[in-house]
Amino acid sequence: MTVASSVSAAGPRERPGDGWRWLRRVGLVLLAAIPTAALLVFFCYPVLTLLGRGLFVDGRLDLSAFGDVFARPRMRSLVAFTIWQAAASAVLCLLLGIPGAYLLYRKRFPGRAVLRAVLTMPLVLPTVVVALAFKILLTPGGPLGSWGLDETVAAILAAHVFLNYGMVVRTVGSSWAVLDDRPLAAARSLGATPLRAFLTVTLPALGPAITGAFTMVFLFCATSFGIVLILGAGRLNTLETEIYRQTQEFLDLRTAAVLSIAQLVLVTLLLVVVAALRRRTDTTQRLDSGVRRPTRFGLGDAVAAVVTTLVALAFLGVLGTLVLRSLREPGGGFGLANYAALGTVGQDNLMLVPATTALANSLRAAALAAVLAVIVGVALSVVLARRPRSRAARRLLGAVDGFMMLPLGVSAVTVGFGFLIALDSPPLDLRSSPLLVPIAQALVALPLVVRMVLPVLRGIDDRLRQAAASAGAPPLRVWWTVDLPIARRAFGGAAAFAFAVALGEFGATSFLATPQRPTLPVLIARLIGRPGELNTGMALAAAVLLALLCALVLLVVEAVSGANARIGGF
Amino acid sequence: MNTHHRQIRPRAKAVRRRVGWPAAALAVTAVLLAGCGSSDGSGSSAGSGSSAGSGAGTTGAPVTSNGAGTAGDQAGTSAAAGADASAASTVGGSSSAAAGSGGGATASAGPASAVSSVSSPAPESVAPVAPGSAGEVTLVTHDSFNMNKKLIADFEKQSGVKLTVLAQGDAGAMTNKLVLTKDNPLGDVVFGIDNTFASRALDADVLQPYASAAAANGADKYAIDDSNRLTAVDYGDVCVNVDHTWFTNKKLAEPKSYDDLTKPEYKDLLVVQSPATSSPGLAFLLGTMSAKGSDGWQDYWRQLKANGVKVDAGWEDAYTVDFTGGSETGTRPLVVSYASSPPSTVKDGKATTGALLNTCFRQVEYTGVLAGAKNPDGAKKVVDFLLSKEFQQALPEQMYVYPVTAGVQLPAEWAKFAPVADKPATVDPQQIAENRQAWIGEWSDLMGQ
Repeated sequence: MTVASSVSAAGPRERPGDGWRWLRRVGLVLLAAIPTAALLVFFCYPVLTLLGRGLFVDGRLDLSAFGDVFARPRMRSLVAFTIWQAAASAVLCLLLGIPGAYLLYRKRFPGRAVLRAVLTMPLVLPTVVVALAFKILLTPGGPLGSWGLDETVAAILAAHVFLNYGMVVRTVGSSWAVLDDRPLAAARSLGATPLRAFLTVTLPALGPAITGAFTMVFLFCATSFGIVLILGAGRLNTLETEIYRQTQEFLDLRTAAVLSIAQLVLVTLLLVVVAALRRRTDTTQRLDSGVRRPTRFGLGDAVAAVVTTLVALAFLGVLGTLVLRSLREPGGGFGLANYAALGTVGQDNLMLVPATTALANSLRAAALAAVLAVIVGVALSVVLARRPRSRAARRLLGAVDGFMMLPLGVSAVTVGFGFLIALDSPPLDLRSSPLLVPIAQALVALPLVVRMVLPVLRGIDDRLRQAAASAGAPPLRVWWTVDLPIARRAFGGAAAFAFAVALGEFGATSFLATPQRPTLPVLIARLIGRPGELNTGMALAAAVLLALLCALVLLVVEAVSGANARIGGF
Repeated sequence: MNTHHRQIRPRAKAVRRRVGWPAAALAVTAVLLAGCGSSDGSGSSAGSGSSAGSGAGTTGAPVTSNGAGTAGDQAGTSAAAGADASAASTVGGSSSAAAGSGGGATASAGPASAVSSVSSPAPESVAPVAPGSAGEVTLVTHDSFNMNKKLIADFEKQSGVKLTVLAQGDAGAMTNKLVLTKDNPLGDVVFGIDNTFASRALDADVLQPYASAAAANGADKYAIDDSNRLTAVDYGDVCVNVDHTWFTNKKLAEPKSYDDLTKPEYKDLLVVQSPATSSPGLAFLLGTMSAKGSDGWQDYWRQLKANGVKVDAGWEDAYTVDFTGGSETGTRPLVVSYASSPPSTVKDGKATTGALLNTCFRQVEYTGVLAGAKNPDGAKKVVDFLLSKEFQQALPEQMYVYPVTAGVQLPAEWAKFAPVADKPATVDPQQIAENRQAWIGEWSDLMGQ
């Protein structure tokens, strides 16, 4: 493989190389072991503890619960609905997102950076706000009430696309941006139609990014709570909403444990299938040569432009609904009263802290989460990018890769309650630690970082590393001089994205944040849960601010890391 | 090879000089960790904001020193006591900090200081009283808990208790968490278990008896447990709310009773919440059960369904999207909400909505000392405090509920626009605990949910 093979190939003369190799191996194992251990402690242990409470009766494992639960037709249909709505959401997201990724990451046009940021904004909106925005649009008295989509699956799918579109565009786009276009040009010059060239050259090259994006969207949608609950009006249920109901409402841990295991099995199956797919499609993606031949504006470009424009218009429609409603003043008319009120503690001290303070809480937690996620995610990607010769080692790496995605697919309620009963004694009494929120957010953001960074690291031409190594550079130095400069903008993009995800994260946060230190999404939920036009207005104003802030952060981080620029040639 | 090499090196140097990012990242992490770990302690990292909000000229020094001390402990180790104090804000700082009695700073006026410490920074006359004699008490409560900071500071000063408020989700989530953590309780005292969850807490033995002398003046009316493990603090009525403006404009008489809701003139006008996912939804269902009996409610709901009742998942979507009184996109002038909601819709001295007082179910919220409390004596003082006149008086404006204590004056707007029901429906908590799942299941089947 990489440096190691080149060093050993150079023969026994280079003794120091062995020492380095040993050191590097230890280093690599540690890089993978630390996040794995963190996941075992902060995720697996709590979840298994809670499942144990449900399944062990008087110290004996009682598996009859499975029969009881799945004997009910309702439960079986839950599983089916969970799978199909998540799969449909993910496929829709890909169909709409791939053209977007092309346009926003391969084409240059004025306002591109802003458009990218706008399309990612929904990601930070609390799901309850997104659900209400869709409901406002679709309810019989709303602007689109005549479409008859209120309380339908279509509404749920649309909201899921709205929330996750940015994730697809960014994940696929960051790979596409550094894709070598020479094979495509070769295919075209050999007579392939643009469509055929796209399907046989570009699409396979983007395989890892696309399967990664699909997996993430699927997991997010399979565990989506607020959207399904509100837009499904309690009638449409998924495993997630049912686990929530059984745990929160009935404290029926036995049923909840069975459903959680079903969720785990489902997620694991998906990850195994995706890993198999990825092994097949994982041709080394070659990096951009940096030489871009000017291409004529083709049919493909037109399709991408039309699709993306339509998506952007729909997004603006939903975001516009929110903005308009946030500007409606309690006394009638439009103005900034709701925004001004955010500096206060609300009617009757409802918010406990002004939105500005909640914003500071949010920013602090999200920044910490992003830093944690990027450090751990990059470290992990460095390991996962290796292609060990032994089949077993490759399998192991694949397993670790999939393992990191697991938290996305498991109910926040399960993790939250598990935390309470598992991590309740020293040295792990974290039940009320303020570090819990950033840790939980980092767990959610970690897989996103890996999905964005890994394809790029894998695409780096090994010859560059070998060249550096044979010139005497130690491994860290090789990484520093080769990998880092090339992947820098992917890191920047991933950092911005992790920050955005952490900023909007609500599921785990609402479980862990206390009202005296609420994050902004928690505050929004609190405001929206009370009558009074001002409260609703303030909640929506805070949501709009959150989205704007996210866009701003994305723009700044990308500008600083050069993620918007084209990389210099090699 | 060599050419590659030459191209790479200068670039790398440039990168290093420009960024040195791992070091920067580590530094940022350290700062953030410190920030997150310590900002609970009152004055520390959030301090810049908090001192701005509190009284002029005072630095809040005593609070800061105390807060920083705890914060240090929390960040480093997680010794049980330290961790207890950590998540929740320290509501009181040290007793010396809380010493200054209601000085001009008026704690409630310092919004920013709410992040962490609620105690008002000591004004000019710092007169330390008996330091922390009653120790620390952790109050486990729900997310809707809200209380005037000055009131809490005064209580801390008088009792010597240092109060930490730990919110744990809504009433249901909080009760469940108490049940799950029974062997290693989250705190010393709980507030906010309501009558629909009371039996779950009692059956799981998460509480210990305490008969507060202050309960004799009204709280005893709502007693549900012979051994005094739960004491009522407040109540609220869940009733159908009506949009007066809509009915006036349509020149339609407003409905008055459960039966009216099934009449053809009110077809397609009511929106309710699913009892499976919403607490007012469950309350309304229980209200209909109480009114129609265990054999009659199913038929009543069939009629409601035939009359076009809309079922939403939660209060938010029902009230802020579908209710005409809460949203311009609303199409339904009747919604299940609280008797205390109408004061929020007052315009030009008149409430535009009202509650139908014949359709109310009463939710009662209880407090109790947790079994296994580390500081049971302090916990009892907190129970007494919740029943004190001051706390009871502040309940309506702070938490939108009615005090249980007799003779407590309601705010003027409440007296006008939020009267309580004369004969609200109630259901025995034991019955609710036993049948909750079955009833909701039956309702779901009935409504095709």
